Amino acid sequence: MSGRTRFLIPLFIFLIMAGFLLKGLFMDPRHIPSVLINKPAAEFNLPTLYNPEKFISKADMKGKIWMLNVWASWCSACRAEHQVLNAIAGMGIVDIIGLDYKDEAADGKRWLQQLGNPYKEVLVDKSGRTGIDFGVYGVPESFLIDGDGVIRHKFTGPIYYPDIKGVLIPKLKEIRGEGK
Amino acid sequence: MIPEIGHFALVLAMCLAIAQAIFPLVGTMNNTPSWAGLARPLAWGQALFLTIAFGALTYAFLVDDFSVRYVAANSNTLLPTVYKISAVWGAHEGSLLLWAFFLGIWSAAIAILSKSLTQEVVSRVLAVMGMINAGFVSFMLFTSNPFERLFRIPAEGRDLNPLLQDVGLALHPPTLYLGYVGFSVAFGFAIAALIGGRLDASWARWSRPWTTAAWVWLTLGITIGSWWAYYELGWGGWWFWDPVENASFMPWIAGTALMHSLAVTEKRGAFRSWTLMLAILAFSLCLLGTFLVRSGVLTSVHAFAADPARGIFILIFLLIVIGGSLALYAWRAPSIFSGGRFDLVSRESFLLGNNLLLTVFTFLVLFGTLAPLVYDALEWGKISVGFPWFNKMFLMVTPFLAVLIGFGPLMRWKRTDPAWLMKKLRIAMIISVIIGLIAFIPSISKGSLLVPLGMFLVAWVITSHITAIIDRLKHKQGISHFFADIAGKGRSYYGMVLAHLGVAMFILGATMVSHHGVDKDLRMSPGESAEISAYRFQFNGVVRTPGPNYTANQGKFTIFLDDKEVAVLEPQKRTYFAQGRPMTEAAIDWGLTRDLYVSLGEDLGDGDWSMRLYYKPFVRWIWLGGLAMALGGVLCISDRRYRTKKQKNQQLAQSDAANTLATENS
Repeated sequence: MSGRTRFLIPLFIFLIMAGFLLKGLFMDPRHIPSVLINKPAAEFNLPTLYNPEKFISKADMKGKIWMLNVWASWCSACRAEHQVLNAIAGMGIVDIIGLDYKDEAADGKRWLQQLGNPYKEVLVDKSGRTGIDFGVYGVPESFLIDGDGVIRHKFTGPIYYPDIKGVLIPKLKEIRGEGK
Repeated sequence: MIPEIGHFALVLAMCLAIAQAIFPLVGTMNNTPSWAGLARPLAWGQALFLTIAFGALTYAFLVDDFSVRYVAANSNTLLPTVYKISAVWGAHEGSLLLWAFFLGIWSAAIAILSKSLTQEVVSRVLAVMGMINAGFVSFMLFTSNPFERLFRIPAEGRDLNPLLQDVGLALHPPTLYLGYVGFSVAFGFAIAALIGGRLDASWARWSRPWTTAAWVWLTLGITIGSWWAYYELGWGGWWFWDPVENASFMPWIAGTALMHSLAVTEKRGAFRSWTLMLAILAFSLCLLGTFLVRSGVLTSVHAFAADPARGIFILIFLLIVIGGSLALYAWRAPSIFSGGRFDLVSRESFLLGNNLLLTVFTFLVLFGTLAPLVYDALEWGKISVGFPWFNKMFLMVTPFLAVLIGFGPLMRWKRTDPAWLMKKLRIAMIISVIIGLIAFIPSISKGSLLVPLGMFLVAWVITSHITAIIDRLKHKQGISHFFADIAGKGRSYYGMVLAHLGVAMFILGATMVSHHGVDKDLRMSPGESAEISAYRFQFNGVVRTPGPNYTANQGKFTIFLDDKEVAVLEPQKRTYFAQGRPMTEAAIDWGLTRDLYVSLGEDLGDGDWSMRLYYKPFVRWIWLGGLAMALGGVLCISDRRYRTKKQKNQQLAQSDAANTLATENS
């Protein structure tokens, strides 16, 4: 590449980037891509944090309405979310299963000891494989999964207090309503 | 009434900014001196009205004028006065006003301090800055007006986010913005040079102190931000690779490259188009950061409320400013002669190496920050790029940079004899290798290769710079001349040395705290003790304490070393009245060799609390390193080169004029 064309490279790189930024404006990172809702959740079979011998798979959760919360001890936003999860667990409205994502088990345990444990079980996804299968974009994320193992709702980013009343409870009602 | 005056002043500032963007520039094109001469008065007027607008908003906060929506959302009658002032820039609208206000101030500073630049250059630089501020002020007026009124006036405000009620966060945005805005000056100079097609040593000399000043502010802003995160967020970390942190870090890396590249362009006339590119890049990354933070395309803990209308506005603005300047670059830069030949082993080639590494690193951070967005947009699936990836990239680049830093000061322009260089640096190399080898002792290395590597690099940067100083003084009147040299002509040289030592300090702090830090999460009852490293932390229970706009549970810890009391720490868990949110306020006993850090967790009943105790060795050196870098920059700016009014440099009449750039001769 010689002469003047070389000097056009930065402009081209920028224009390509601007294209992505434009597209990014119309994708809400806090919302689910429609392809994932109402689709079966990815299969998984993972060890639990407190008992590495014990594995939990998707099949074990069949028939239950539950929420998968993806978190990690290195994730700053998770810390803000954690008290909301504690509140949800305290209200007892839905079982939360944690997915400790790309994390060291010791760090994860320490985190829960310090901040409290809202989880019914905590799964360890050290390689991040299951997270990728679930299309995890950034931690934290939470998936509301129904008795048939279908993802019904996804929270991208932290769940905030108003989300409990505004989103979580109505969604749970909707899912439970169908069961009857 | 006062808010309307502020609003009106903002409208006037926008009109002046638009005029400043058009008339001076057109005036220099069609040789209309009266138009070109409008640049300075317009810049002063714009700065005046932005000051009025900023003052009006500050006033609205001080008198608790909750009829202004922005004040009602971010203040409260109980908020301490100092935080009422910092609340002015505590959220989206006000922080934009601060940006525009600073840009106005910098423009006025150029108008005042550029008496000796040619009218043509001043007019063009100010026109570019006018365009930028026209964009920012109209963005504010059309999408994010801080003076918007509420029709039902609330009796009480919602209060400032408790996280932001802190000295560190009062200072963090203003310093950061001074840095961002400062790069607009280098950008303006670059665009003026591209328009004029003239790019000589005098151009680089004009840009240097301004670029360094912007870099100093940015360095301070990032350092304060990191320090704030450390003590305020309560989990002892100091950098998180959050998209918003990256947004401030990318311009810093590019700005560092620009500073070094400008040195080559000034002294040797080389790297010209590359320097221009970096000036455009550094400021473009500042703008990109603004876009990422305020448009909601990425998720981040820092993000302002997302609004697509704002996103579109900034994106169009980015297209005009960045796209326009890159197009101008593509058009004009090929005709700029890049002179100055140099050998493989020379200061030029090593600075080029530094530049390439820094640029690669900038793009790695940019890639990591945007990758989730790109993957999503291409429907390749969703990915997360976390802390571990960025750390890995950082560790891949920094060691090479630190090794180059050591060679830098001894390098000569054009050509350096490799044999001579090796001879000079032999002792420094041997000492550094020995120190690196000593660090392999398990109690020091803690089983990680990174500790010996870090210690080697620290020793290398320090010893090589000592070698360089000794060598420099030998050519002068000997070692005893050291202080006279600092006070005299060598100031920018020692500024460079200090900034490089700042890098060593940073590496020392980061290595030690990452590998020797100890933290424990515990449940403790009053009277119980815990051992962390050599220290014994005794927990004396928790009492309730009132604050101005919160109540707190305050723990009390007495810390002993060898049964001697060394500190009393009182961490708090606060609940703010207005928002009801709990906040952890860590307590820290700081020292040069270690911090002791206690952060209170949850009340577990019966007086028991969960808590986190930390021993953080050398953590202060991370920020001391940042301060040393900033101070080094200040030394460089204060170098007499940029101040002396008359220099006997005859061949470059213009560069003579440039010397008065930073003077007081207004």
